[in-house]
Amino acid sequence: MAAPRTLFDKIWDAHLVDTTEDGLSILYADRLLIMEMQPQAFEGLRMAGLKVRCPDKVLGVMDHVIPTHPRDQAIEDPVARMMVEQAYKDYEEFGVELFDLVDKRQGIVHVIGPEQGFTLPGVTLFCGDSHTATHGAFGAFAMGVGTSEIEHILATQTLRSPKPKNMRVTVDGDLSIGCSGKDIILAIIGAIGTAGGTGHVIEFAGSAIRDLSMEGRMTVSNMTIEAGARAGLIAPDEKTFAYCEGRPRAPKGADWDRAIEYWKTLPTDEGAVFDKEVTLEAEKIAPQVTWGTNPEEVAPIDGVVPDPADAPNEDRRRMIQRSLDYMGLVPGTAMKDVAIDRAFIGSCTNSRIEDLEAAAAIARGRKVADGVEAMVVPGSGLIKDEAEARGLDKIFTEAGFDWREPGCSMCIAMNGDNIEPGQRCASTSNRNFEGRQGRDGRTHLASPAMVAAAAVTGRLTDVRELETRSIE
Amino acid sequence: MDKFNTLTGVAAPMDMINIDTDKIIPKLHLRTIKRTGLGKVLFEEMRFETDGSEKPDFILNKEPYRNSKIIVAGDNFGCGSSREHAPWALLDFGIRCVISTSFADIFYNNCFKNGILPIRVTKDQLDALMADASDTENPELTVDLVNMEIKRPNGVTVPFELDAFRRECLLDGLDDIGLTMQKGDKIDGFEAQQNQAQPWLNSAPPA
Ligand code: SF4
Repeated sequence: MAAPRTLFDKIWDAHLVDTTEDGLSILYADRLLIMEMQPQAFEGLRMAGLKVRCPDKVLGVMDHVIPTHPRDQAIEDPVARMMVEQAYKDYEEFGVELFDLVDKRQGIVHVIGPEQGFTLPGVTLFCGDSHTATHGAFGAFAMGVGTSEIEHILATQTLRSPKPKNMRVTVDGDLSIGCSGKDIILAIIGAIGTAGGTGHVIEFAGSAIRDLSMEGRMTVSNMTIEAGARAGLIAPDEKTFAYCEGRPRAPKGADWDRAIEYWKTLPTDEGAVFDKEVTLEAEKIAPQVTWGTNPEEVAPIDGVVPDPADAPNEDRRRMIQRSLDYMGLVPGTAMKDVAIDRAFIGSCTNSRIEDLEAAAAIARGRKVADGVEAMVVPGSGLIKDEAEARGLDKIFTEAGFDWREPGCSMCIAMNGDNIEPGQRCASTSNRNFEGRQGRDGRTHLASPAMVAAAAVTGRLTDVRELETRSIE
Repeated sequence: MDKFNTLTGVAAPMDMINIDTDKIIPKLHLRTIKRTGLGKVLFEEMRFETDGSEKPDFILNKEPYRNSKIIVAGDNFGCGSSREHAPWALLDFGIRCVISTSFADIFYNNCFKNGILPIRVTKDQLDALMADASDTENPELTVDLVNMEIKRPNGVTVPFELDAFRRECLLDGLDDIGLTMQKGDKIDGFEAQQNQAQPWLNSAPPA
């Protein structure tokens, strides 16, 4: 009998075109998602006189630089306009399908892939954004790549890569009330560190992961890169199939039955060996919020800002001190005493319908605190429509949140949405790096419910202390 | 891509761990349609005040480091995003080699695609090289890719490892696309077999 294999091994093996002498694999790319940030890839093709090998396996969208104001207003920023115009030209010239700004299907690249059924179990999927691991929630091998690799995939439909190792993070047990996929992944990153998964792909397993919805699983997988691993995977199951069924690009009819049959063979075999294993207990996870300038610098909401003096070594001590200086925080301060100026609900981590529901259940009937500016940016036009059909937009606007058009917005702050120097923002995004949301801006990452709670109280707040309201 | 053979140049010590891609090039500068010209914004937030004036304490603003060709940095260099603008900015500034105890995976890969050599060394080796680079009198290192060693100012050499294919590509300035296209028939074969097994993967977008 063949040796037991992991989910990742199976996908890798099924896409191996060739191996080079020194262990690099040439891996077939089933899917490539592109956005307006990599015009240099098309520039490269043009210079080399190359074509896109399989335009049908490529899908283009605009999300990073586009404003979130109403779409009938022109893009004022000349650089953003230039990038959008270049994308139109490139996609047209190379025959790649594009969801443009007036298309309802437009949205954040990692939201629209699954939404369209472009993301499917068992596929290899690449994109020039490091949060491509999001798609791994479907049991796909999805990885962020650089511009040269995008160009390589466009030209050859393959990627050259060494095979990463297998790591498994198992989270068993029941998540407590007020916690979500975001809290799980922040707790994982806090436990293993921003380099804990370097060189590996992480399979997320265990009952707490299985119990999550597809949205929750996407949130977990989304932040795999913040633990240093380029890809995360979750075994496909009935929930995965139910999510995919009927989506525009999903298989239909007899193909659907064949696909399901194949997808069921994907989960990790009993006895497969992982190079690294980590286990967490879901019961022990409290709502998480970051205090520093990388996602590993995280604490439970009922915790305190750490003291650099307690650091295990000199490198860490300096790192923590630097983070606290940047964040303007004093050791020992209760996380719940940290006042905020801004709140952002959005990004490919937390802008799906379930995320908006969780935030709305806190926002309903409450008001954004005085002096706080809060915004909600849905992940796609389709999500925005659904939220509006259900009146979520009203809940938010009545509470004083801004309700915007879809895009990356303040996750990366390159579209004109940003926080001011020294401002403190509770954010559902995935990165709290220095300057990420605006120069000298301070970011605290948390779940949608936690950010909504911070918005209405004006400080980081334990969402378990607020009553959750019906949004029907 | 420029060939990489032997490189002798000033090495800038950056004794800091987790230098992420946002520090290497702030994301606002990702909004460009070209690969060149990014050297002037390399390490922008550490290097310049908001008004554009230089921060005098930053290493690359000091002599003799203004002409650095090598960076010696703390652990986990290049963590963060997949942006290839990070190696482009380093290259445009004139950096062809980064030495650290470890690199983030994506950054590490991206370096080779742009003719930059990332070298992994042990903590002890890094400490020694960091001290060499900090000597403003003679901060020059020689990186010899042919013999896979770094020559320190005191003449001592530090060996390093690199996978053979990557070494070959850097030495010859070879680009990956050309190499892979030589395997066109294998890719054709794979597609034919996959189209049989999973025809749904090949479907054109719905009309
Ligand atoms: S929302 Fe943020 S992390 Fe996600 S694709 Fe956009 S910029 Fe990247």
